[in-house]
Amino acid sequence: MSSYSITEPSVRLKWIACVLVVLYALITLVPLLWIIATGFKSSSDAIAYPPKVVFEPTLEGYVNLFTLQNRAGAEQLAANPPTTWYEQIVHDKGMVISGPSRFGERFMNSVIIGFGSTFLSVFLGTLAAYAFSRYRIPLKDDLMFFILSTRMMPPIAVAIPIFLMFRAAGLSDTHAGMILLYTAVNLSLAVWLLKGFIDEIPREYEEAALIDGYTRFQAFVKVVLPQAATGIASTAIFCLIFAWNEYAFAVLLTSGTAQTAPPFIPTIIGVGGRDWPAVAAGATLFLVPVMVFTILLRKHLLRGITFGAVRK
Amino acid sequence: MAEVRLGNVSKSFGSTPAVVDMDLTIAHGEFLVLLGPTGAGKTTTLRLIAGLEAPDQGDIEIDGRSVTRETPAQRDVAMVFQQYSLYPHLSVRDNLAFPLRSPILRTPEAEIRRKVQQVAETLQIAHKLDNKATALSGGEMQRVSIGRALVRDPAIYLMDEPLSSLDAKLRADLRVELKRIQAELGATLLYVTHDQTEAMTMATRIGVLDEGRLVQIGTPREIYENPVSLYVAGRLGQPRINVLPAGVFPAAPKGADRIALRPEHIRIGAGQPAQVVRVEHLGDQTRLHLSLQGHALITLADPHTALAAGDALSVEPANALYFDATGARIP
Amino acid sequence: MAEIVIKNLRKEFGSFTAVEGSSFKIEDGEFFMLLGPSGCGKTTTLRMIAGLELPTSGEIYIDGEECGRKPASQRDIAFVFQMFALYPHMNVRRNISYPLASQGMPRAQIRDKVAEVARILGITDILDRPVGGLSGGDRQRVALGRAIVRDPKCFLMDEPLGALDAEFREHMAEELRALHDRMGATTVYVTHDQLEAMQMGDKIVVMNHGVVEQFGTPQDIYDKPATMFVAGFIGSPPMNFLRFHGRVAAGATEIAMRHASFKVPQTRSPFEGDMALGVRPEHVRLSDRSTFRGRVLASEYLGTTQIVTVQTQDGQIKARVPSDKQVRMDEAVGLEFTSSTITLFDAQTGHALRSELNEGVLAHG
Ligand SMILES: Nc1ncnc2c1ncn2[C@@H]1O[C@H](COP(=O)(O)OP(=O)(O)O)[C@@H](O)[C@H]1O
Ligand SMILES: Nc1ncnc2c1ncn2[C@@H]1O[C@H](COP(=O)(O)OP(=O)(O)O)[C@@H](O)[C@H]1O
Ligand SMILES: [Mg+2]
Ligand SMILES: [Mg+2]
Repeated sequence: MSSYSITEPSVRLKWIACVLVVLYALITLVPLLWIIATGFKSSSDAIAYPPKVVFEPTLEGYVNLFTLQNRAGAEQLAANPPTTWYEQIVHDKGMVISGPSRFGERFMNSVIIGFGSTFLSVFLGTLAAYAFSRYRIPLKDDLMFFILSTRMMPPIAVAIPIFLMFRAAGLSDTHAGMILLYTAVNLSLAVWLLKGFIDEIPREYEEAALIDGYTRFQAFVKVVLPQAATGIASTAIFCLIFAWNEYAFAVLLTSGTAQTAPPFIPTIIGVGGRDWPAVAAGATLFLVPVMVFTILLRKHLLRGITFGAVRK
Repeated sequence: MAEVRLGNVSKSFGSTPAVVDMDLTIAHGEFLVLLGPTGAGKTTTLRLIAGLEAPDQGDIEIDGRSVTRETPAQRDVAMVFQQYSLYPHLSVRDNLAFPLRSPILRTPEAEIRRKVQQVAETLQIAHKLDNKATALSGGEMQRVSIGRALVRDPAIYLMDEPLSSLDAKLRADLRVELKRIQAELGATLLYVTHDQTEAMTMATRIGVLDEGRLVQIGTPREIYENPVSLYVAGRLGQPRINVLPAGVFPAAPKGADRIALRPEHIRIGAGQPAQVVRVEHLGDQTRLHLSLQGHALITLADPHTALAAGDALSVEPANALYFDATGARIP
Repeated sequence: MAEIVIKNLRKEFGSFTAVEGSSFKIEDGEFFMLLGPSGCGKTTTLRMIAGLELPTSGEIYIDGEECGRKPASQRDIAFVFQMFALYPHMNVRRNISYPLASQGMPRAQIRDKVAEVARILGITDILDRPVGGLSGGDRQRVALGRAIVRDPKCFLMDEPLGALDAEFREHMAEELRALHDRMGATTVYVTHDQLEAMQMGDKIVVMNHGVVEQFGTPQDIYDKPATMFVAGFIGSPPMNFLRFHGRVAAGATEIAMRHASFKVPQTRSPFEGDMALGVRPEHVRLSDRSTFRGRVLASEYLGTTQIVTVQTQDGQIKARVPSDKQVRMDEAVGLEFTSSTITLFDAQTGHALRSELNEGVLAHG
């Protein structure tokens, strides 16, 4: 007789489920893979029809992304023989490099503003959430609601007042201004998310530390923070994703020194005709920091599932 | 170790009284158990002593010094919580060392190692010291949380039902163990529980709580043999004490409203006629469920008794307790 | 009403064997206990009887008819789950009448039936309340009501009192047993609480690691354990074991250990090797005359009796003695056993050695 359970799915069912999950994963990954591949295609391969799946990889897109180029005549080309691999690539197209593009700068702006505002949101959010979770605060519920209400309309609805305020305060097109703005937008989400996580940490843990001779702040650092790691990690990811991808305010409030990558990437399209490989290269690079950040924090996210030495 | 005194301490949460006018002295080196059902105010009493709650009125003294206004850290008490005992992000060793590393104690690391090792050996968890706190069985977790109190040498140990979530066998072992450790350390220990077996087997004195009031305090034997009220009489004894209208048996004292009979205080062979409803063989004892004038009554019989359901017999009280209409004992 | 016979029932989950060749018989109208530590296969056995799980091999006869492969709906069995599985969006009445309504019983008949069940369980006045706000005990009564209302051939209950607190549990246990005595329906009840099993059961099956260790009446299992596991699982405190290496001849009435020798019920077969002498705490007396001596480690007051733990050269012994006997810590005391109650075990396999005491039980056990 075969072993067979009424509640356990059969082997065939498990296979079907497995195939479906893999298919779904492939479908969702195709656009991403396509962008990455396009970054390594030549301009003609990128727009070939039918689309090319097998192609000869080139770094042309990346070189175009990071440099400014001019078309050059034959004598000018001969006068400037290429000395590096990227000059060679440009040279082969009959062009010369006239200088670095602004992508590197924009990218760094994104990193500074994105991570800066994420750190600030999570830091302030954790302290506020702890206070809301543990202390008796007058009008607590109303205050929490007020904090949430700041997110009830799309932030861009207040774009004009903010624009005027920034101009008056001299914050337009500054890193500090953008960090402040993104922090303000993210903070309400951070407080709400983190309060939920901290509420789940039993007070008894801190009380045990208080009785053992620790101050409240020490108990917070040694007992609450490590246990809130899951919440802090997921909140940080949410905050970073918002700040990283934000487009509207970046267009409105920055132009030069503090401009982030999102408003910059579309401008690549205009630079040298339809340079799709360069756009794809920019998009690929733009994905990397958020992906790395999420992967680094993944350990904490998963730990949440097996959390807690609570007696049942 | 020290004497701890509560003087007329009361605490309410909103309109719910949790502790009412509690007057209690825990003597130096005593194992005092507070016994009461859920909601009787046991946890609140411990939290008041630890300084996690402030009393509405009354005074708390440790070693003759009023600590009512002190922080938990200043009071020098150790507490084992009913739940949530271990820090999941620390190893067993770091959990045990946690109180020793506090800014108040600031123990040198070598001393910490020695103490942790010693306590771990006493509690038989030395081989688990480098485990994550989450990678322990329930019984081991409980021993670690008791160990976290034992590494210190506080004025008093406070324990909040530390054994209630363990299975029967482990509970029995840890009861003996805890009693032995307390005797060896000469520690002052206040232990609260709803489990009568724990109270009876470990306590030097039992305090019985009823809705926040301390209704009787005495040795287990005093409480078992001389309860001041029907409520107290019902707290100890398994099977539970039988309570019947006083008139069921002749010769009730004046003013008696109810008679209470422990199962072992019913003599079979003479007196009032009764019927056997059911016979329960529990191995070491056999319980007879009787019906006496329509009232249910449980008594004990020899393990190999020939009595069976439907049999008739006569019963009479030996050593009855009488109570008046308010539930107070009539001497 | 039903008689249930289990023959060589076996269940594997992949390579893991949850139940290994169980055989036992549940008589018509019996209150039958499946007892064992958690994970020993009690629930799996019960689910196979109910038809929620198919046996890997073996047979289940209900009223003489083999139905190991029949679907649950054709077995006419009611199952009460550990967690009161009530429908949260229905009130008490609808919860109880649900099984009838799904059978297509006429409205008026359902009303009468529900009223009758509610009266038996004493829940008439909460019939129209939502189940959400009920106390643990009332929820459990409703869950019982839903099982009773169908008049099934038998009831299967999986730790139905597990989620209640101690005091109320005792009360509910009595109520359940009284209900059974009134209705007389065959009941199979799973529990890990030995006291509950002893208290409520007509018969007990003790399981461990998927194996049936012993099957019999509570008193037999208590007095004449077939294995060391049973002896150690049942009783509070459980049976004492003194372990030693020794030998007995068939027909011996005395056993020699390293430091003492004891009278035992006459043995039926010879044995040599690692053994354990088992004696229940209430069959140990403190006696100054005895030469078998030890030191008092602890004494636990329990009202009329106390448990005294004594360390002897041959091992630790717990004795249940009257509480008026004064014992001091570290005092040296002598111990005597009631020799007719002693069981000897083969310490290697854990099986009891046959003797005058237990041969009747072990023969068909
Ligand atoms: N923080 C609190 N807020 C409101 N009521 C509380 C609080 N703590 C305890 N109580 C109430 O005080 C009473 C006593 O509770 P507790 O001391 O926890 O009892 P026990 O530990 O004996 O079960 C209960 O009625 C409980 O509901
Ligand atoms: N569906 C299943 N798949 C795999 N193993 C199972 C399954 N159900 C139960 N088991 C295993 O079988 C053993 C017995 O389980 P169970 O019958 O639930 O025990 P009990 O009710 O006695 O606690 C356990 O080790 C359990 O992990
Ligand atoms: Mg409590
Ligand atoms: Mg189970």
